[in-house]
Amino acid sequence: MSFKDKILSSFIALENEVDTETYAHSLRNEALGNFEKLGVPQRKEEAYKYTSLKSVFNKDYSLFPKKDTAIEYSDIKRFLIHEIDAYRVIFVDGIYSSHLSQTTHDKFDVCLMSSALNNPKYNSVIETYYNKLASQDGLSSLNTAFAREGAYIHIGKNIAVEKPIEIVYFSTGNERALMTQPRNLVVVGENSQVQIIERHQSLSDNEVLTNAVTEIFAAQRAMVDYYKIQNDKLNASLLDHTSVDQRTSSEVRLHTFSFGGSLTRNNLNFYQNGEHCNSLLNGVTIIEGKQHVDHSTLVHHSQPNCESYQEYKQIFDDRAVGVFNGKVLVDKIAQKINAFQQNNNILVSDKATINAKPQLEIFADDVRCSHGCTIGQLDEEALFYMQSRGIGKKEARALLMFAFANSVLESVKIPEIKSRITKLIAKKLQVDIGFDL
Amino acid sequence: MLQINNLQASVEDKEILKGINLQVKPGEVHAIMGPNGSGKSTLANVIAGREEYEMTGGSIVLDNEDIADLDPEERAHKGVFLSFQYPIEIPGVSVTNFMKTAINETRKAQGKEEMKASDMLKMIREKSELLEIDRKFLSRSLNEGFSGGEKKRNEIFQMAMLEPKLAILDETDSGLDIDALRIVANGVNKLRSKDNATIVITHYQRLLDYIVPDFVHVLYKGRIVKTGGKELALELEERGYDWIKEEIEA
Repeated sequence: MSFKDKILSSFIALENEVDTETYAHSLRNEALGNFEKLGVPQRKEEAYKYTSLKSVFNKDYSLFPKKDTAIEYSDIKRFLIHEIDAYRVIFVDGIYSSHLSQTTHDKFDVCLMSSALNNPKYNSVIETYYNKLASQDGLSSLNTAFAREGAYIHIGKNIAVEKPIEIVYFSTGNERALMTQPRNLVVVGENSQVQIIERHQSLSDNEVLTNAVTEIFAAQRAMVDYYKIQNDKLNASLLDHTSVDQRTSSEVRLHTFSFGGSLTRNNLNFYQNGEHCNSLLNGVTIIEGKQHVDHSTLVHHSQPNCESYQEYKQIFDDRAVGVFNGKVLVDKIAQKINAFQQNNNILVSDKATINAKPQLEIFADDVRCSHGCTIGQLDEEALFYMQSRGIGKKEARALLMFAFANSVLESVKIPEIKSRITKLIAKKLQVDIGFDL
Repeated sequence: MLQINNLQASVEDKEILKGINLQVKPGEVHAIMGPNGSGKSTLANVIAGREEYEMTGGSIVLDNEDIADLDPEERAHKGVFLSFQYPIEIPGVSVTNFMKTAINETRKAQGKEEMKASDMLKMIREKSELLEIDRKFLSRSLNEGFSGGEKKRNEIFQMAMLEPKLAILDETDSGLDIDALRIVANGVNKLRSKDNATIVITHYQRLLDYIVPDFVHVLYKGRIVKTGGKELALELEERGYDWIKEEIEA
């Protein structure tokens, strides 16, 4: 059965399980039609020129996992930022796990997309925000057609959420190959603040393909601090589509740490729809073997007096492939914009590849836009210098790589995340040294 | 302590060292002088184990152990230290943390426990005072934006921290003004003991007024062609290298 045929039969199966009378389901029907028309992106499309999805889509995925996979906190603790108190929204094979989660409806909603999509109490929020921001490309439409679960976070006005919210999707591998469609909606009201950590983690060696869509709305003066930790197993691939809508004087910071997974595509779109917005898009990628990580970012400045700041530091070893496609669009009325983009890459092996493509489209005349892209190797002189002081070659390389990536880590506001990422990097580079530079 | 026998080495297939013999005993200071291109820096780098310098013959024995096959870090663990002619800038790694890593990696290799943070701080304070290094410097990225003199002082600071058995100072005097030269030389002298040895590589006699050598060797075309006491350095200063060249070629 072709993937498209499978989608159709799976959709019919889905309709037997969900309430087909909801607003969300009317969107599903529409999205299915859209996916049928657009399909899975091909390499002939400019946006996927350097990332072929053929190998991830040629597997026989199950779209509906068997239920009742019980996992215990002890199985997953190491994947959580357990050192801190946090709200936790945890999914196992696409299904919400109440005993692993800690949510609230107290002053704000940290809960489930399934209840938001089905409970009439949430209708107005869903109708205002759901699927209003996400791209309408093939993969996002595929998600919309099948999405029924994910994190729903709705923070009203003037609330500083006192602890971070951790959203984690686990796959247990009770299917030989599983495709999931997680869907997150984050709505942050005026003057409110929230910190969110998102992670997708496979617990077995079976194939997993995650096609996730996240929509983030930041109202006036809202502050959102979002971390994506991508350190999945090599049998897992991730297609992530995240869109951000910013209103006047809001600040949204998003960090992406890509260390694991087979193929990862991050589509990250920021839309500034108010003045004095501040956007930060930072990333560290460290991959090897045959891993592939693609960052396609868009910052659309449509109002004046805003800033955006992008910094991606990437290290590629073996035959790893990276793509950085960073687009900055400045509309004619968006004067006094300050847009900064920096993409630095180190190729450790001569078989590794980086495809870097900054794109600036500027229609305003009074703006400051800068972009820089570098591709280099580890400095052999520096390695010898460090070795001559007693630091082993492997440790010296690790120290140089860490120092290279460190400027991005410095902007991480949650100390426990910073130290966790530092440890992940040390583990990734197989060294046992502290990097507290 | 150090015995170099018939050492030959090449860089990119070009033979640079053509049979060097050198014996250094604990407590001694040896100066190696010679015209540009005679192989002085190559000798320093070969002893420290730089990969690009290929040893094609002979042996380097440190405390009765041939170290020629060891990696640079293993040589460092055994007490070899090279002060670089051109210290490398390493953005993002602070002087303090670089030293912390270097010392603890060395201790690990020697089977010792990591140094306690408080001991490390005390040592850093003492040694930075010895080299008259401003504390602010220690949190800056290693050598990044340092002046020539600051880089050289930083090299000797690292040497003071690592307490090597055999220190090789490669053109440590180049780029130093007279005050910095005095500070650096003073630091080196204070670190001297009956158990360690120093090889000073220099083009000019000036440094040897401050770090007084027991032996002066003249390197020319990849060989040591003359050895004498500290007075040989003065003679070279006065007469240049031509007379030696003439002696050899006669």
